[in-house]
Amino acid sequence: MTVQTIPQPGKPWEVTVKQRTATGSLIALAFILAAATVKFSGLSGKLGFAVSFFFLATFLIFVQQLKLRDSQAAKDAVLGSFAMLGIVLTLIPIVSIVSTVVIKGYKGIHPNLLFKDMALNSVNDPIEQGGLLHALVGTSLMVAGALVISFPIGVLTALYLTEIRGKFARPIKFLVQAMSGVPSIVAGLFILSSLVYPVTKELSGIMGSLALTILMIPTIARTAEEMLLLIPNDLREAGVALGATQWRTVSGVVVPAAKSGLVTAIILGIARIIGETAPLLLVSGGGDALNLNPTSGAMGSLPYYIWKAFLTGGTEEALARAWGGMLILLAFIFILFGLARYLGGRKVA
Amino acid sequence: MQTTTPSSLASVANNRDQRVPGTNLLGTGLETRGVHAWFGKKHVLSDVSLDFAAGTVTALIGPSGCGKSTYLRTLNRMHEFIPTAALAGEVLLDGQDIYAPGTDVTKIRLKVGMVFQKPNPFPSMTIGENVLSGLKLAQLKKSNTDDLLESCLMRAGLWSEVKDRLGEHGGSLSGGQQQRLCIARALAVQPQVLLMDEPCSALDPGSTFRIEETISELAKSMTIVIVTHNMQQAARVSDYTAFFLSDGGPGVMVETAPTSRIFSAPVDKRTEDYVTGRFG
Amino acid sequence: MTLLENQSAAIPAPREITTKPRLSDQIFRAIVTLGGMASLVILGLIALFLSLKGFHILTEEKFSFITESRWEVITGDTGNIEESNLGIGAMLVGTFLSALIAISVGVPIAVLSALYLTFYARGSAKKILISLIDLMAAFPSLLYGFWGFFVFMASAEYWAKLLNKYLGFVPFFDVPAPIFERSPFIAGLVLAIMIIPITTSISREIFDQTPLDRVQAAYALGASKLSMIRAVVIPYGRGGVIGGAMLGLGRAMGETVAVYTVLNIVYQINWQVLFGAGGNVASLILLKFGEAGPYEVDALMAAGLILFILTLLVNALADVLINRFGKKGR
Repeated sequence: MTVQTIPQPGKPWEVTVKQRTATGSLIALAFILAAATVKFSGLSGKLGFAVSFFFLATFLIFVQQLKLRDSQAAKDAVLGSFAMLGIVLTLIPIVSIVSTVVIKGYKGIHPNLLFKDMALNSVNDPIEQGGLLHALVGTSLMVAGALVISFPIGVLTALYLTEIRGKFARPIKFLVQAMSGVPSIVAGLFILSSLVYPVTKELSGIMGSLALTILMIPTIARTAEEMLLLIPNDLREAGVALGATQWRTVSGVVVPAAKSGLVTAIILGIARIIGETAPLLLVSGGGDALNLNPTSGAMGSLPYYIWKAFLTGGTEEALARAWGGMLILLAFIFILFGLARYLGGRKVA
Repeated sequence: MQTTTPSSLASVANNRDQRVPGTNLLGTGLETRGVHAWFGKKHVLSDVSLDFAAGTVTALIGPSGCGKSTYLRTLNRMHEFIPTAALAGEVLLDGQDIYAPGTDVTKIRLKVGMVFQKPNPFPSMTIGENVLSGLKLAQLKKSNTDDLLESCLMRAGLWSEVKDRLGEHGGSLSGGQQQRLCIARALAVQPQVLLMDEPCSALDPGSTFRIEETISELAKSMTIVIVTHNMQQAARVSDYTAFFLSDGGPGVMVETAPTSRIFSAPVDKRTEDYVTGRFG
Repeated sequence: MTLLENQSAAIPAPREITTKPRLSDQIFRAIVTLGGMASLVILGLIALFLSLKGFHILTEEKFSFITESRWEVITGDTGNIEESNLGIGAMLVGTFLSALIAISVGVPIAVLSALYLTFYARGSAKKILISLIDLMAAFPSLLYGFWGFFVFMASAEYWAKLLNKYLGFVPFFDVPAPIFERSPFIAGLVLAIMIIPITTSISREIFDQTPLDRVQAAYALGASKLSMIRAVVIPYGRGGVIGGAMLGLGRAMGETVAVYTVLNIVYQINWQVLFGAGGNVASLILLKFGEAGPYEVDALMAAGLILFILTLLVNALADVLINRFGKKGR
């Protein structure tokens, strides 16, 4: 028997430092050339620089690959450049949006916001005066109301699609998809035409909840369906094979197994509607005073607080107030999303 | 530290005198020197050195998980397709290390073709387009594609069955026909070596027989390395056989010899146990 | 022959397997089925109530409700309507225009970034990017609208001027007066930014599902990344990407707040996308709702009905395309 040392694992196919340096220096060259182009030609500004930089860099790498290898590799490099361009163009707005909200919004945040409403203040007042208590309460009440109605309906729809799998499964899948495409303003109009005008004749929080319900059901139904599909079929068969009824199997085995998935569905549903503005402008009445009764009277909401400060204000204070509200809204969405990721990472139990 | 094959066996592996006289004249061949493979931290293949002379068929046999498929995939650099994969050692094609820096991996794969376990014709292409897809994928210029199409299908033993339906989609063929279509597809780029990863494991005996016929036919003009679970198949189609085994650690190549010797007079006890069906 | 016949006669018809579910199961199935029908019921109710309120407008204003662009109601001293000219022609044109700009700019970018995420990004960078983009898909449209107005508009205006300067000879990019603010072009770009994350997510998921054996087969034949994507990924993912684009189109058509904040709504059909005058059905509803009298409210309901039907049609088309293109190449 010979005893032998094991060599180090290697990855000879990976890009070597030398190749990396070569490509890096080409990109640096493109950078310099782009700066020169902007200086000495008609192109100007950041856009001119970005465009000439992209095309110069792509061209230089194309030529390099053509020299080193062949036209196929060169075309590959161009695809790589464009894919990179795509992701950069996708990321720029995210970075810009988040940084704008944070930079402009922190001025609109004040501890007092949490304890006061806008009943006695105008949006143009300094930030210390007035607050968004009414908006937070209103949004929470309306979202909670929407959740209470949409969760059972969404989960039942998901159960129909995954457990019953009846002959309507395919059309219902389509209808859920179609429902997620219903414009939010149409949801508002629907509540106006079906309930506000003929029945209650009053704008109120519960009308807001109902409008949000329409937007929330498809999100919950689809997420819940995905999560239920992750439950292995063995589990269902095991339940039924033990002689349990389908009802027992679903309620005792399938749903508990999908519990964290269903919580994810709730969270994503909330994230979907928490910033929804258009229907609330139509049906919630948009109050400025704290209102704890969803069945009567105008009810404020976070989106309405932001909307009003942007549109009726005009002063520095009003803008700061609006961006401050936006920052709080964005923070909620971040938290909800983080929670969903955390739960989704664990998938099903 | 790893103990590997007894030195007597290693010498068998590297003993060129064992080769069929005449094959060296082709002057080509695929050789590996001390190939190790890893997936992440897991060492799956240890120190495999084998020669594949031009114009021979070599079968790689061994129980599941012995690293024979992994080894096969190192031969045309499909190994690196898995993100965690790592490798050591050399794979030489015509004396050139295919893992040398600056080597164009697409060129290697043109010279070393591959047929997979499950037939995988491109469903969006017709039968004819499938055969010629390699030309398009690698952007090779060929003037007389009709002739190439016919000769590839002919060599794959599929021409008579599909010559009137070249415009149909690949999915309309039976499993065995699809696999021969995949062989024809691999032939169209005129590889020097053809790797086959259990090409018959998803097929019925009739189709298996046709593929084996095709393999014997192809062996006249190219080097073939075939991974198989089926020892009878190895005995039927191959000139050489290499036996791989893993005892829970990385897979090692236990023994290689002309096929008849492997099945009649294996040197290693473990080979004997395996070929006589005592385990595996 | 007779033997054969006998044999075929001997083959029994498949037995029907029936079970009579227990009562608890019957109730369970009934409730779930009922819940499953909710989407049908809700969509039906939306169509019903919007029609109840809005349909008489369609009969009174007739076809001109769709073709006419003016939006005027002249009321007499007593508040009765003396004359009405209500039409959403300009709004419909504007809706399509900005939505088309949105998908023609947004979808290519989304597909490229989906390709990047699937075939270039690796490891933790990939995970972070995917999370970021999914997060962006959850941003409320209010945020896009105000960001578009306060931050994005200035750059977009500059691009519009450049386009007009160099491509002004194309009728599309001509303007009657040098007003580039709040144009359909800008609204379209904001919508594009809004739909990019969704379309990227959908495309990425589909690219990710490309069967590995086909990808490997292409690489084993000496394919480069580009030729592999063209031969394997695109045929496989085409249907899904087109469907995702259609869903993006539907969303762009129905968007209210983001468009309202960045678009100057003018009651005149305008095809010149760079000019600061446009229309949008959803924004019209929001704009006019506060000040509308009962007749006008009904007209807005009718506009909502048309918008609703349009988005349903786009969704149906998306469904058809996904199935049609999806089957081929799979």
